[in-house]
Amino acid sequence: MAEQIVEAPAPGKILKVFAEVGKPIAEGDRICMLEALKMELPIVAPVSGTVRALPIAPGQSVEAGDPLAVIEG
Amino acid sequence: MPDNEFLGVLALTWQAAVMLGLGGLLIYLGIAKQVEPVLLVPIGAGVILANIPLGGLTEPGGLLAVLRAAGIETELFPLLIFIGVGAMIDFGSLLERPYTVFLGAAAQFGIFGTFFLAYFLGDGGLRLFDFSFKDAVSIGIIGSADGPTSIYVATVLGSKYAASIVVAAYSYMALVPIIQPPIMRALTTDAERRLTMPARARGVSRRTRVLFPVVTIVVVGLIAPKATPLIGTLMFGNLLRESGVLERLSQAAQNEMTNIVTILLGLTVGGMMSAADFLRPETIMIYVMGVVAFAAGTAAGLVFGKVMYVASGKRINPLIGAAGISAFPMCARVVQKVGLEANPHNHLIMHAAGANTAGQIASVVAGGAALALVPFFA
Repeated sequence: MAEQIVEAPAPGKILKVFAEVGKPIAEGDRICMLEALKMELPIVAPVSGTVRALPIAPGQSVEAGDPLAVIEG
Repeated sequence: MPDNEFLGVLALTWQAAVMLGLGGLLIYLGIAKQVEPVLLVPIGAGVILANIPLGGLTEPGGLLAVLRAAGIETELFPLLIFIGVGAMIDFGSLLERPYTVFLGAAAQFGIFGTFFLAYFLGDGGLRLFDFSFKDAVSIGIIGSADGPTSIYVATVLGSKYAASIVVAAYSYMALVPIIQPPIMRALTTDAERRLTMPARARGVSRRTRVLFPVVTIVVVGLIAPKATPLIGTLMFGNLLRESGVLERLSQAAQNEMTNIVTILLGLTVGGMMSAADFLRPETIMIYVMGVVAFAAGTAAGLVFGKVMYVASGKRINPLIGAAGISAFPMCARVVQKVGLEANPHNHLIMHAAGANTAGQIASVVAGGAALALVPFFA
């Protein structure tokens, strides 16, 4: 089973978290909503699988490249 | 009853009435449609104030005349705005991706294309419109998508269309999300738009961030001395931001100073729109050419983006070239949106922001270059 780390594409703030740890997720499902440059960026799952880690919470600031989720597919 | 009192209604010409309607329209667009309200509401109010018959605000000694002499003819207002803009811009996304500087430069070709068109329609060819060489240069600068630079160049060159040019420049910046996407889709393939770029960029040290504005002033100033007032104020503002020890001054430049100057600048620019200068075919043509200018700049950026796409071995998404015109952050957002449409995993916003901030520097340099070159031809 390969693990895929989803990284933040831009520095910004987490607005909402849709995914849940331990739950299955399908490719294209929303993981979270990131705000960067006053714009909402929907972050979607690159693969189908199970969410193994989700080190984010609403209101949290992230840097570009920070891990948002780990998906085991 | 003394002459000229209580006779405003009788003195109202149809031209002045049209201008009052135009001022009302700008205020409406700003408030009801949320189109650049910070600019359009003061400009609209200025148009109304200037065109009230017998109001005297544009007569010598009147408020609008005083502001114009103090802030526009001295170029003071746009330069103060530039200090604020410099304090607002984070050049980090550009410094992390130095190659985006070329995209910012490429997108300035819209300026030259529009200049040639305006000059050809005016004194340089067909003479269909009353566009002198200096008017044509000022109109071309609309293509930089940079409001303060447009004001600066148009007023330094003394173009009689300065007010129309400024309103056109700011209106089209608000229309970037409508003008750009069709051009972006037409000039790129689906495979190109789908290309993702790595999120992580190498960091930029504090020393680099502090040195950048100082080095830019010296280098640009020595190459294009006429750009020194523009680049100097922009980079001074950025130095306030990046110094790390001047948070109070940086905030004052970004907020209080910019807000106050924006009020005065908007009112004054609106006050420059008298019926005699505005109600003529040239005004409509300036608006038409504003679209040409934005479209040409976008296309030039995209074409150069495609060159970089090939040269980089398909690692640079050509869409970010469209962010080379300097309407910030509208262009970066449009690039993000079009890229995401093609591929739900594609977040180009930081790469586009790099090209976008590069475009802001490039438009200032282009404005300075235009001012330096005009004396050789005019």
